[in-house]
Amino acid sequence: MISGRAAIVGIGETEFSKDSGRSELQLAVESVRAALADAGLAPTDVDGVVTFTMDSTAEIALAREIGAGELRFFSQVGYGGGAACATVQQAALAISAGMARVVVCYRALNERSGRRFGRVSRDVSSASTSSGVDNGWHYPMGLGTPAATVAMAARRYQHVFGATGEDFGRVAVAARRHAATNPRAWFFGRPITLVDHQASRWIAEPLRLLDCCQESDGAVAVVVAGVEHAADLRQTPAVIAAAAQGSGADQYIMTSYYRDNLTGLPELGVVGRQLWEQSGLVPDDVRVAMLYDHFTPYVLMQLEELGFCPPGEARHFIADGAIELGGRLPVNPHGGQLGEAYIHGMNGIVEAVRQVRGSSVNQVAGAGPVLVTAGTGVPTSGLLLALPGRGRVVP
Amino acid sequence: MESTINAAAERIRAAGAGPARPARDPVNLPMIRNWLEAIGDRNPRYEQDGLAPPAMTQVWTMRGLHPAVEPADPLSAMSAVLDQAGFTSVVATNCEQTYHRYLRDGERVEVRSRLVDVSGPKRTALGEGWFVTTDSTWYVGAEAVASMTFRVLKFRPSGSAAAPPTSERASAPVSGPASAATSERVSAPVSGPASAASDRDPDPASDVLRPVVTRDTAFFWTGTAAGELRIQRCGGCGQLRHPPGPVCRQCGADRKDHLVARGTGEVFSFVVHHHPPVPGRRLPIVVALVELTEGVRMVGEVLGVDPAQVRIGAAVQVDFVRVDAELTLPAWRLLS
Repeated sequence: MISGRAAIVGIGETEFSKDSGRSELQLAVESVRAALADAGLAPTDVDGVVTFTMDSTAEIALAREIGAGELRFFSQVGYGGGAACATVQQAALAISAGMARVVVCYRALNERSGRRFGRVSRDVSSASTSSGVDNGWHYPMGLGTPAATVAMAARRYQHVFGATGEDFGRVAVAARRHAATNPRAWFFGRPITLVDHQASRWIAEPLRLLDCCQESDGAVAVVVAGVEHAADLRQTPAVIAAAAQGSGADQYIMTSYYRDNLTGLPELGVVGRQLWEQSGLVPDDVRVAMLYDHFTPYVLMQLEELGFCPPGEARHFIADGAIELGGRLPVNPHGGQLGEAYIHGMNGIVEAVRQVRGSSVNQVAGAGPVLVTAGTGVPTSGLLLALPGRGRVVP
Repeated sequence: MESTINAAAERIRAAGAGPARPARDPVNLPMIRNWLEAIGDRNPRYEQDGLAPPAMTQVWTMRGLHPAVEPADPLSAMSAVLDQAGFTSVVATNCEQTYHRYLRDGERVEVRSRLVDVSGPKRTALGEGWFVTTDSTWYVGAEAVASMTFRVLKFRPSGSAAAPPTSERASAPVSGPASAATSERVSAPVSGPASAASDRDPDPASDVLRPVVTRDTAFFWTGTAAGELRIQRCGGCGQLRHPPGPVCRQCGADRKDHLVARGTGEVFSFVVHHHPPVPGRRLPIVVALVELTEGVRMVGEVLGVDPAQVRIGAAVQVDFVRVDAELTLPAWRLLS
């Protein structure tokens, strides 16, 4: 089992902006150097590197430019933001198998000043791959943005369960409330109300502007090492109590429209079941959750798919502020991608580590485990992080 | 050329506000009612109290469908200068209005405008151009009741050389010879409403995103070109599926076959896409996930429909949009 074998021992971030003014390679290098310094490790300690297939910085370029030496393990994970937690899973697998000792995971992007993912991409729709063929059933018909693909599922979810735009809006209000007290967040000091949400313009009905995450420039990196090694390092380790990937039956990228229903995220269900099984934990044990929030409806579906509430009932679960600071299950105290920055989910992992260490600006009291999810609507991944000795590790 | 434009701008700016343009009609309830209905504003107060919605301000002084040229109007004058210099296309970029009070039934308003700023040349995604900013004030007698800062980009469409002005381009900047080939309805297996052409964007057909066609999927696109909506059917077990694939997922047989769908179905879910732009389409558009009568689902645009009319469960019928000789897209129309 992977549970309890490795830990995140260092975290690093650049500033989050709309125009970084530097190359994605430089952002990657800065975040990895910061993460190594946080861990008390040197670039020459690194022997493994993992990133996203979507990252423009190859593992070897990163290793070369930080001044690392030889690599023994390097890999890339696909499916956009679904890769986020899987990079850490890959690192933990490599370390627990003895393939590597210190692995850095990173994501660097000029997503606002460079290529903007929210636009219709001719490259994506014309790729001569199986995914390009899949896109041929949607893009030519006018369905070609992430928001629009999510809106299709969101409309069905509303129809079946009676959820409303205001239910989606409460997710955005919570995120912006949290970002308002996080100085690193783009929306620091700028909370919104439900009225603001309802007044924001349509992007792809039923989604409004404030249902959609930001576009950001920035980079995030984490350092993973074995738990014995971690004990000798500078920071309190965030032990990986569970790490999982998941793809559902009849899976597509953002357009899994051909399953029996459109109201869930079966691929995240695959992740959730593994997280609980690996760790021996249950949803009630989770102190705070970092749920991938590129679009608000999928936060509701995640709560259901992970077992925090039954299908269709997330709107009731969140109605009384349960996902806000001080609530039953605070979600994304850093402000998430709606409020802090869109770094493809990697900033959620860093916030989870801070919550384990007790060093977040919006710290949630307690010593319980922290849940992290990755991109939704795509093959995805998840993590449970805990203080040493605090996961109910299954032998 | 720059100096000519700047000199003209300075001359027009220095001349100050142009002549007052009076409204054709006084503020009146019939027009207010039409406007409220069109916008969908059900606030009863306007009619009860005989007040005009502030956002109607510009309506009162519109020049009608066939406006006369007004050389003394600062924006018209500046536009003429830029037309002459080849910046023949126009797009409004900013409009900020301030309302000082409600207008009342029976009041007569007039508007005066002045040129505030002309800046350029700027390189934009549309092409090189000049931003022209005007301030307008609406008056009832001597009382200012509303004001507006309005900015347009006068630009030379990308791809056109520093050409003489062509009024055709100015009126339809994205239209070109290719548009003749855009989107005509080739067939509807069952009866359907009139041509799709009028619903569709004047963008060149080349802008529409094209599917990647493989040996596994070519039958579908050959079908749409022939006015048939084809669903893959396993030649072994008869299983229907869409999107199609190389081998039957149920029985594993590699015996490709298809049936021609009846072309009817129901809206399973739908999106009204407003932003960002979609190549080859004028927004908003309705895109639906349709559950066909045969049981499979398929994504397609719903044509010729007011988005507010679309409901999950609505009955739809297939239509075909011919983009060009190589691509015909399946699309849908609401039944009754």
